[in-house]
Amino acid sequence: MKDWREDKTFFRATIALPVIWFFIFFVIPMAIVWAYSVGENVGPVDVAITGTFANYAKAFAPEVLKVMGDSIWLAALTTLICLVVAFPVALAMTFADDKQKTWLLLLIMLPFWTNLLIRTYALIAVMRTSGVINTGLEGLHGLLMTVGLPLGSFEPLPLLYNKFAVVVGLVYVHLPFMVLPLYAALDRLDKSLIEASLDLGAGHLETIRRVIVPLAAPGIAAGLVITFIPALGAYLTPDLLGGPDDLMIASLIERQFKRANDWPFGAALSFILMYITLLFFAVRAFLERKGGKVGAH
Amino acid sequence: MANKHPRAPLDYLNMPAMKAWLAGVFIFLYTPLLILILFSFNDSKANIVWKGFTLKWYVKAFENTQLREALLNSLLIAGVCTIISVVLGALMAFVFWRFKFPFKGPLESGMSLPIVVPEICFGVAVLMFFAKLNFPNDLPYPFNLTQIILAHVTFAFPFVAIVVRARLEGFNQELEAAALDLGATPYQAFRDVIIPHMKPGLIAGALLAFTLSLDDFVITFFASGPGTITFPVKVYSMVRFSVTPEVNAASTIIIVITVIATVLALRAQSATSAKAN
Repeated sequence: MKDWREDKTFFRATIALPVIWFFIFFVIPMAIVWAYSVGENVGPVDVAITGTFANYAKAFAPEVLKVMGDSIWLAALTTLICLVVAFPVALAMTFADDKQKTWLLLLIMLPFWTNLLIRTYALIAVMRTSGVINTGLEGLHGLLMTVGLPLGSFEPLPLLYNKFAVVVGLVYVHLPFMVLPLYAALDRLDKSLIEASLDLGAGHLETIRRVIVPLAAPGIAAGLVITFIPALGAYLTPDLLGGPDDLMIASLIERQFKRANDWPFGAALSFILMYITLLFFAVRAFLERKGGKVGAH
Repeated sequence: MANKHPRAPLDYLNMPAMKAWLAGVFIFLYTPLLILILFSFNDSKANIVWKGFTLKWYVKAFENTQLREALLNSLLIAGVCTIISVVLGALMAFVFWRFKFPFKGPLESGMSLPIVVPEICFGVAVLMFFAKLNFPNDLPYPFNLTQIILAHVTFAFPFVAIVVRARLEGFNQELEAAALDLGATPYQAFRDVIIPHMKPGLIAGALLAFTLSLDDFVITFFASGPGTITFPVKVYSMVRFSVTPEVNAASTIIIVITVIATVLALRAQSATSAKAN
């Protein structure tokens, strides 16, 4: 690593473009949102930057709080389910041989790289009233009827447009976000500790609970944050899979810009979401530093 | 794999319970996509019962001018976005890898913000930014895609920088020193020694930028003017109305493009880590 003064021209030539781009197209737009979040509507299209906190105060109205509470609850549930589903997958990957590892990684990553809208659409096709699951159930129902079971008429399961669908969709989309950090953490573990625990008579579950989980804690924390944050800010999945009562923060923000046309309030909501995001990342960075110290012993 | 040998205690992959769990997870992940692909070949519009093989939905998807236009727009946006992102990302990776300078730490964290900021927040910011600029909404094609491209590059290039940076970490500094000793100028050493070393990282980064751009809905939704349409935006409006085999066909095309890009990217990346080790 060189000091920039050793090669000023080259340093300036390489740093200029990315930094200028970042400031013009990221910092300035974000600053505009921030300015609007402390502004008020003074006409159909005009906003005055008055330094008011009224927009942030509006976020504490009961109906807005309900959406926030729902979002946090749905994202937390999603994260928890992802953890339970992904942990064994990450464990299997850790102890697989190189070739199997590559394949498992590829299988986990492929859907992750597939267009989000397409994945959501695929879920709709499976879960809708005349979708694969309900049609399959109807067939089964008909079959049982002909065998003579008195089941009554078939009622399709209401799988879509409710909170259940939103959670299924969020888990479907965010599972790789959990698998990858867990795998990264488990892969770094000293495997002889696990072998020692098994040798000394602990069962697999006890070893997981008392050896693997504590050692992999920073990685688990990373997985929780990396899954929770995008799930909290998800727009497409709740919008397409949820019903009218299953709004999440992102849809509420979108409404302020497209339908409700209350840009200052939308800007404030957007910054609240940003603050929550940054807070979680700060906690994660803190835990990581702490974990690093423990690991150094 | 072979059942002739007793299972080693840590061979979790060969535990029956674990196999069942993995199978369940992959069925969950892949069934919807496979069904989507399968029904793009089904000769029946509304019914989910298999009525025979057909390619007519592909023909229909190609005959749908709007869908075709949207797909071409998306590919054009992704292509231009990739080129700019690779240049910016490579420069960024290089600068942070090579130089020490004041405010490096904060700048580096700041410049990775586009990766962590929720899409909706950045989408809203882009919308307000172009509105404040009074950016013209009615430019002739292809310039009406400018806003989307600018927005895509902004969130894609930090991802490229991460991939390229990882590649640079494996660089043997002595190679550059040798080039300089042998009379190369710093610029020549950069062009003829460092850039060739970066290459697998650049390829992986390019494919990443391409997929990110092709995948993006939320930011495009906010950045695009009323007349411009991209593939995800078009599919979104089609999905809102109904589920049709035509959308299945168009989605299948995108899935195939993505799978190819992913496999190429992983190849480039594994070449990266293999050489770094």
